[in-house]
Amino acid sequence: MRHTLSILMENESGALSRVAGLFSARGYNIESLNVAATDDPTLSRLTLVTHGNDQIIEQIMKQLNKLIDVVKVLDLGDHPHVERELLLVKIEASDAESCDSITRVSDIFRGRVVDIYHRTYTIEVTGGQDKLNAFLNAMQQHAVLEVARSGAVGIIRGSSSS
Amino acid sequence: MKLSGAEIFVECLKAEKVDTIFGYPGGAVLFLYDELYKAEDAISHILVRHEQGAIHAAEGYAKSTHKPGVAIVTSGPGATNAVTGIADAYMDSVPLVVFTGQVNRDLIGNDAFQEVDIVGITRPCVKHNFLVTRVEDLAETIKKAFYLATTGRPGPVLVDIPKDLTKDKTEFSYPETVSMRTYNPTVKGHPRQIKNAVDLILAARQPIVYSGGGVILSGASSELKTFAQELGFPVTNTLMGLGAYPATDKQFVGMLGMHGTYEANMAMHKADLILAIGARFDDRVTGDVEKFCPHAKVVHIDIDPASISKNVSVDVPIVGEVKNVLPELLKEIQRRGEKPDQQALADWWKQIAEWQAEDCLKYTQDGDEIKAQYVVEKFWEISEGDAFVTSDVGQHQMWAAQYYKFDKPNRWINSGGLGTMGFGLPAAVGVQLAHPDATVGCITGDGSIQMCIQELATCQQYQLPLKIINLNNGYLGMVRQWQEFFYQKRYAMSYMDALPDFVKLAEAYGHVGMRIEKPGDVEGALKEALAMKDRLVFMDFITKKEGNVFPMIPAGAGQNEMILV
Repeated sequence: MRHTLSILMENESGALSRVAGLFSARGYNIESLNVAATDDPTLSRLTLVTHGNDQIIEQIMKQLNKLIDVVKVLDLGDHPHVERELLLVKIEASDAESCDSITRVSDIFRGRVVDIYHRTYTIEVTGGQDKLNAFLNAMQQHAVLEVARSGAVGIIRGSSSS
Repeated sequence: MKLSGAEIFVECLKAEKVDTIFGYPGGAVLFLYDELYKAEDAISHILVRHEQGAIHAAEGYAKSTHKPGVAIVTSGPGATNAVTGIADAYMDSVPLVVFTGQVNRDLIGNDAFQEVDIVGITRPCVKHNFLVTRVEDLAETIKKAFYLATTGRPGPVLVDIPKDLTKDKTEFSYPETVSMRTYNPTVKGHPRQIKNAVDLILAARQPIVYSGGGVILSGASSELKTFAQELGFPVTNTLMGLGAYPATDKQFVGMLGMHGTYEANMAMHKADLILAIGARFDDRVTGDVEKFCPHAKVVHIDIDPASISKNVSVDVPIVGEVKNVLPELLKEIQRRGEKPDQQALADWWKQIAEWQAEDCLKYTQDGDEIKAQYVVEKFWEISEGDAFVTSDVGQHQMWAAQYYKFDKPNRWINSGGLGTMGFGLPAAVGVQLAHPDATVGCITGDGSIQMCIQELATCQQYQLPLKIINLNNGYLGMVRQWQEFFYQKRYAMSYMDALPDFVKLAEAYGHVGMRIEKPGDVEGALKEALAMKDRLVFMDFITKKEGNVFPMIPAGAGQNEMILV
């Protein structure tokens, strides 16, 4: 099962390495990982997508909580939440028709063209993992030159803060 | 008044009431050593002969007392040499504070002389570690280090201190308390879980108490004794838990696990209730987890939530300090005024007695060869079961655990989790320094003793009258035993060819050496050695060459599948 964990931790050098090291040392998988400071500059939020059965996820949560730099760990899947990922993709159009196709598909996915260089389009799309995968699939007919994805970030719905 | 980083370091140690620090000097810690030199009346520094020895000695000190062990080493190789000891302390939850020197701040990351990223290297094997970057943070960091090392599930904490910081000056004040927003161990058991556990205890017909090192760390031996005796339940201890419950008590069924007793393992296998107390279901205990305790409900008391349901799924988890939880359980039992089914319990004991009748630790000392078991048993008798015993890792360790009956906690000092050969001698250094008048025995083997043999010089410098019992069979015995059983006797590299003359070696270091080759001489040698109160005696017992440790659960087997002889 796919789980998105939201980890609030001390904004200190080494904290990220402790989290990442824990996953590699204990053989847990990391599908994506995203980290940045929060509105409180002493804290960072790390959003991490992993896979595992209930027992593994429970153990991951416990091991994370044991790290001295970790303030709070939340499995976003346990709550109604919003999850987004940012995709930047560079696509080369072969002719005028494919230029049209690229911008049309991009519109359908509410993507935005953020750069054009000759016939190379750089497009920004946000959404859930499925949507971004579907977008990339739809673009496969064109020459996809490069993909950069942020990994998921997420937040609980409603007024409560995590 | 402003103090230098080095002065602050020493003031912090004094504030933490550190009386002994184990270490080895070097370039990056020169300012620190200069202050230790001036403070030698308050803090005695023990110079080891290798940094690994410093950490093991600090572990011996900590495991035999209820105080943290403290060590200091220099940057680079000094720090990397300490890593084995730090990993050892991490696996066995030993409260340690380890100070490492670091190169000057402006050199960090430049591959400077004797630079290593020790914070990075040790991250997976410390409870926490710090690189101090400002002298203003030093006192608070040291306070945090001691706090983290000694509270919750104890463990090693490393503080890396750049050299230039130790001569910087700042105002010094030692924080009285420390609070960390991210760290707040649960010490009291949850009342609902206490009730759930009591439900299971009262319903149990074939219960067993499975207690481990956590009982000793929590200082809860007397609580465990009261608890078990009130209920009349059988008790088994893990390797780390030996001494937590008195081994000579009639409710004690011996150690469990790979080389535990038949009765302990069978009782675990047939039990309908396992009360796991400060134990962590290590693979050397469980064998194949699929076959582990198939009929039992499991109650698990542990300070570390991550230990619960890690290897074996638990029915009632109680996160908390054993010392608090056991009396709470008893209180709840007494409040209900009920008892488990006494007839069922009597039948259970009858069943256990049948297993005990197998007499799985039986051996006979016959023939011309000395049996290792005999040496350990005689040592137990002659030391009146009251010695502190350290060990290394291998067959001798198992024999020590099986035949030295520990009635008191903190007496059995061994490397359980990491299984570090070379642990025994330096650990004994730490134990003897903490208990100058006690008999401290180091039960070791011809392989292990050579891994930190250099500490014999430390023993000479500080006049430590250790009693080293070298069970010398000319093999890496445990490796050889596995090769005999599982690799068709292909003894790859397990023969210790070219052994030194240990008697001469001991004498070269200024100690007394003895070689004992006949069974009839064992008792006399031990008595003579123990009578030499002020000398280290190295007893080299030439034992049976291909002796095996029994009983044994082969790898991958269940607890009910023991090989008895």
